[in-house]
Amino acid sequence: MTDLTDLGVAAIRDGFRAGDFSAREVADAFNASVTAGRKLNAFLVETPEHAIEAAEAADRGRATGELRALSGVPLGIKDLFCTAGYQTTAASHILEGFTPTYESTVTAKLFGAGAGMLGKLNMDQFAMGSSNETSAYGHVLSPWRRNDGGNAPLAPGGSSGGSSSAIAARLAPGATGTDTGGSIRQPAAFTGISGIKPTYGRCSRWGVVAFASSLDQAGPMARDVRDCAILLEAMSGFDPKDSTSLDLPVPQWEAGLSSDLKGKRVGIPKEYRVEGMPAEIEALWESGIRFMKDAGAEIVEVSLPHTKYALPTYYIIAPAEASSNLARYDGVRYGVRELPEGASLADMYAATRSAGFGAEVKRRILIGTYVLSAGFYDAYYTKAQKVRALIARDFERAWEACDLLLTPTAPSAAFALGEKVADPLSMYLNDVFTVPASLAGLPAMSVPGGLDATGLPLGLQIIGRPLDEQGVLNAGLAIEERAGFTARAEKWW
Amino acid sequence: MSVDANTVRKIASLARIAISDREIEAMVPELNNILGWIEQLGEVDTDGVAPLAAVIPNHLRLRDDVVTDGDDRDGVLKNAPQAELGFFAVPKVIE
Repeated sequence: MTDLTDLGVAAIRDGFRAGDFSAREVADAFNASVTAGRKLNAFLVETPEHAIEAAEAADRGRATGELRALSGVPLGIKDLFCTAGYQTTAASHILEGFTPTYESTVTAKLFGAGAGMLGKLNMDQFAMGSSNETSAYGHVLSPWRRNDGGNAPLAPGGSSGGSSSAIAARLAPGATGTDTGGSIRQPAAFTGISGIKPTYGRCSRWGVVAFASSLDQAGPMARDVRDCAILLEAMSGFDPKDSTSLDLPVPQWEAGLSSDLKGKRVGIPKEYRVEGMPAEIEALWESGIRFMKDAGAEIVEVSLPHTKYALPTYYIIAPAEASSNLARYDGVRYGVRELPEGASLADMYAATRSAGFGAEVKRRILIGTYVLSAGFYDAYYTKAQKVRALIARDFERAWEACDLLLTPTAPSAAFALGEKVADPLSMYLNDVFTVPASLAGLPAMSVPGGLDATGLPLGLQIIGRPLDEQGVLNAGLAIEERAGFTARAEKWW
Repeated sequence: MSVDANTVRKIASLARIAISDREIEAMVPELNNILGWIEQLGEVDTDGVAPLAAVIPNHLRLRDDVVTDGDDRDGVLKNAPQAELGFFAVPKVIE
């Protein structure tokens, strides 16, 4: 019998339906894999009983002919999603012990579709980071290693680094991620898996710990494009509890998958050819262009003139929104409280927040507080919102000439842990290709495109028009079929 | 624009984050580095551009003015570091 942990979401669903194995066998196999993979530190909380309960319900359902979309599929859940009865910390000390009494809309939909939960996945604290090094509960390790003989521990990307590591290491067939400036796409690229951030508003933000509300969007991460389509369908849909939720029907993305790109125009934004781009990334992009042509698409060069301003815009808007959202952590309603001897209420707030937040979170709250403070609000925040309008307009103009955009996902392969942590700016620059689509709310996905010289995965990014997840998934599938990406991390954990 | 130690102390106090002098010393160059970098937005001509708040056009919905939630005191207090007699408890505010 094949190892069940080698199967992805679609293969598990279909094999379970066909009676090749029971859901309980799948849950047991992945639960064992989670336990065996503890060295990766991908999970903050393991929930084998949740996965088993869902599996047993699926097995009973199969016997009575009640099959749901994700019956028999166990998933990892990023710790940003509130899960009823299971600790949810956003990987921050300040939420230690917080056990929600309610379920986020996205996880409720997944569990309602029959999925079980393997555990809560580690991440960058409050989703602020690109390497998973800001977690209060230790780094996640990537299962990948360079093939140059060095054993430097590599970053799984961030902020959804527990998700990417767990999927690449076969601890989970799929997982939820969230993406504010690239937090699904960059970790997917670093670990040789796929991930899609849908159009802003497709997935409800209700019950997802807020970072930057105008940017935060949930999405799936999985081994291939079909699995992403299946999971996205289950996660999406209108939710009256999220005021920015889109009141639109959820398309049947899996049924609509087609890698025939005839008639599609794929734009290559010239401003993404950034200075000092490694030759390997350039070569990856070129092969992506070949794949698109081979699938029948026409390639056109387009211009997104405000691209270079996307990152500085993001680093005003995201911290500003974060400083407001994170004001709620006051040591009164949930999480930890620091109460020095004789402290007043105001002292308690300050002591709690000082002890509870990590360094990167404090840095962003301070930047956000500064750019929103009296006298600076217009110069920073209003200015950034205006530039954001220009960035969105760049994309609108590009859509006159093309249907999709193709770019690399990240400017390099995975870097080593500790390599960028001392310099916040160099860490921020890692999101140079993913942030513009976030600022414009566009659907975007990363799929594996090849390997670098040291055997590490590289990702290609597809960006689509608002609501055109289908176009994005289809182009992703066209790349997947042509890239022939079969490499996987050799097991050392 | 750049920040000095006093400004950092002030914004930390606005953000209700206790911060030591040593942390302030480390934070000043870090924040100035980041602020210096984001100031390149000054190059962009944004005259006549309306600030963008909502990326995907979506109108704010109104719902019927009915009670849809509530009556869950114990659930609300369940995660409080200190809850007493059905209330959140905090250090004494009024002498």
